[in-house]
Amino acid sequence: MSAPAAPKGPRTAAGQPVLEIRDLCVDYGRGTQAVHAVIDTDLTLRRGEVVGLAGESGSGKSTLAYGATRLLRQPAIITSGSVLFRPDAERPDLAIDILDASPAVLRSLRWRDVAIVFQSAMNSLNPVLTVQAQLTDTLAAHLSHVGKSERRERAAELLKLVSISTDRLRSFPHELSGGMKQRVMIAMALALEPQVVIMDEPTTALDVVTQRQILEQVMELRDQLGFSVLFITHDLSLLLEMADTIAIMYAGRIVESAPAQRLFRAPRHPYTAALLNSFPSLHGERKVMTGIPGSPPDLRKLPEGCSFQPRCRYALPRCAQQVPELTGPAIATDAHRLVACWLHEERELPDELAAPEPDGQSRRLVGSAPVPAAPESPGGPR
Amino acid sequence: MAVQLGTTSGHDVLAPEPTAGARPWAWIGRSRWVTAGLVLFAVFVFIAIFGSTLAPYDPSAISSAVLQPPSAAHLLGTTQTGQDVLSQLLVGAASTLEIGFAAGAIATALAIIVGVSAGYFAGSGGELLSLLSNIFLVIPGLPLLIVLTSYVPHASTWVIAVVLSVVGWAWGARVLRAQTLALRQQDFVQAAKAAGESNFRIILFEILPNEVAIVATNAVFAVVGAISFYVAIVFLGFGNINTWSWGTMLYFAENNEAITSGAWWWYVPPGIAVALILLALIMLNFGIDEFINPRLRAAGIGRRELRAASREQGITPVRANRPNVTPVPVGADTVTSRRRAR
Repeated sequence: MSAPAAPKGPRTAAGQPVLEIRDLCVDYGRGTQAVHAVIDTDLTLRRGEVVGLAGESGSGKSTLAYGATRLLRQPAIITSGSVLFRPDAERPDLAIDILDASPAVLRSLRWRDVAIVFQSAMNSLNPVLTVQAQLTDTLAAHLSHVGKSERRERAAELLKLVSISTDRLRSFPHELSGGMKQRVMIAMALALEPQVVIMDEPTTALDVVTQRQILEQVMELRDQLGFSVLFITHDLSLLLEMADTIAIMYAGRIVESAPAQRLFRAPRHPYTAALLNSFPSLHGERKVMTGIPGSPPDLRKLPEGCSFQPRCRYALPRCAQQVPELTGPAIATDAHRLVACWLHEERELPDELAAPEPDGQSRRLVGSAPVPAAPESPGGPR
Repeated sequence: MAVQLGTTSGHDVLAPEPTAGARPWAWIGRSRWVTAGLVLFAVFVFIAIFGSTLAPYDPSAISSAVLQPPSAAHLLGTTQTGQDVLSQLLVGAASTLEIGFAAGAIATALAIIVGVSAGYFAGSGGELLSLLSNIFLVIPGLPLLIVLTSYVPHASTWVIAVVLSVVGWAWGARVLRAQTLALRQQDFVQAAKAAGESNFRIILFEILPNEVAIVATNAVFAVVGAISFYVAIVFLGFGNINTWSWGTMLYFAENNEAITSGAWWWYVPPGIAVALILLALIMLNFGIDEFINPRLRAAGIGRRELRAASREQGITPVRANRPNVTPVPVGADTVTSRRRAR
């Protein structure tokens, strides 16, 4: 798959934040048995951008996305932070804190502004209703003033958008293939032209050919309609192909976030580096793969300091005491890169974490103050 | 046993089991319905077992204190022949509950055998069993009972229980057949077949555990039905009126014109007793549901605990006064509402 196409179409004010997650903490349960699934997480989604969220199972990817949209059921509880949604591209100063939103505001926000493609299309479609009934139902719920025949037309339009012939409108979900079901789910998510689409492993159950078709289609639609995507997956190589920015999660925290190619060529966090070392390259030379020793921590009893520290081969004494902040690293020419690792405060970095940036402009700043995290060039995520 | 009906969705992470493992019975105390049902039920079982020793008088003993209202000597008054109503009530509990539970158990067993086989075995055999349960469904219960009991007058407890279960098994069979039909198509049953497991084993270990909730609910309602039908036929005089039961008390009260003579203490206690035992059983059924289906348990407990935090379902609660809030200009959500009106 080629790198994402250059933005075109109605992508006004590209690069302005549309969804900002700040210091979000989500727990399951309370008291000493509470599972801290997401801890002090920051993530910014800009207009028209595809942000990939990667990490192993149980690292909090889905909890982060569902927590930010307040879709989690009890005993999940949000204990800290804000989720700012900026509804208007022309007025970027206006924001709604989703965590303070009333049920009514939340209900109108969901689907219309923030849509979600859930993990398995097989279980998300109602087996006893036709595709048309399910598509028009969404429209009827959110656009009550639109007439019945218009809704039907829109449903047909949506199917065309995802390359399904309109005679499938009368099909039941079991009459569609897995890939078609997934496309219907995507069409449903796009029904109200949302500004943000959250995709939670939308292609996990599909084979790579279908996966590729669907993802290319998503990217095309993104260019056409200009929505932003938060893409959750544990398939890092997939993200390298399609995401603008990739955020790596480990044990409830984002440990590194950087533009896709930079993250791939020059990982700055030991976990990212180890993750990249765990899957083979199709083109590169043959080499022995190394896994990451140990296993993820118990989210009820996180280790002191950096949660990756017990498995980290470069761990310093400091790592076991203080939690590193997600900030700009010492080596950085790109303000969009953030990493949470104490190694970047050291004089010497391990070679693995000191690869030059892919554009060759890297310089080695030893022990200097971190580069400011705020983007200075609002020129877009490219 | 954590058996779940239906397919599990891909979002199991959203419904974790609270207090799992630590104290599996802890949830019982939290549901007032289930606690009340358990207590009430225990009281009735206690009365059924020890009723005849607790009874202050012989329920059949005739005395000169005729049709007395409740007093210290006769806590629930006396009948027209001077019998003690309280003693009758205490002694009568045994046969009422005994027959109710026996009939419920037989009806449930019949429902499982006929219903599951009708669903599992495709073809004429299954169809025949299905037809059989349909026929029993459309036969009106009470007339059939009257006909059957008049063939066996003064029958023993067990005969009456069997007769009651003949009337009561068909609903359960019908429901179990439908569920079995659905389960039969599932992959794990097909896999068991392919692995060469016998039909008997598949039904017992693959299908039935998935139907525990339905079986339990059916069993409870079979008992409820059996008790009410038993009381009804005895009240109508078709049962064995020589055995003390709540139906017998109502029968004698009716025949001796207790209502017209205003002797409420004669017919109200057995009526309330019947109502209460049925209520206890139905409340217990809530508990069985929650015990078998952990999802219900989570919902039931969570709703009460977090009512203050979030009244809406499907909205993650947010801790009050959470730290690290980013200030937002006031009135931003009016933008969304204005845009929506467009």
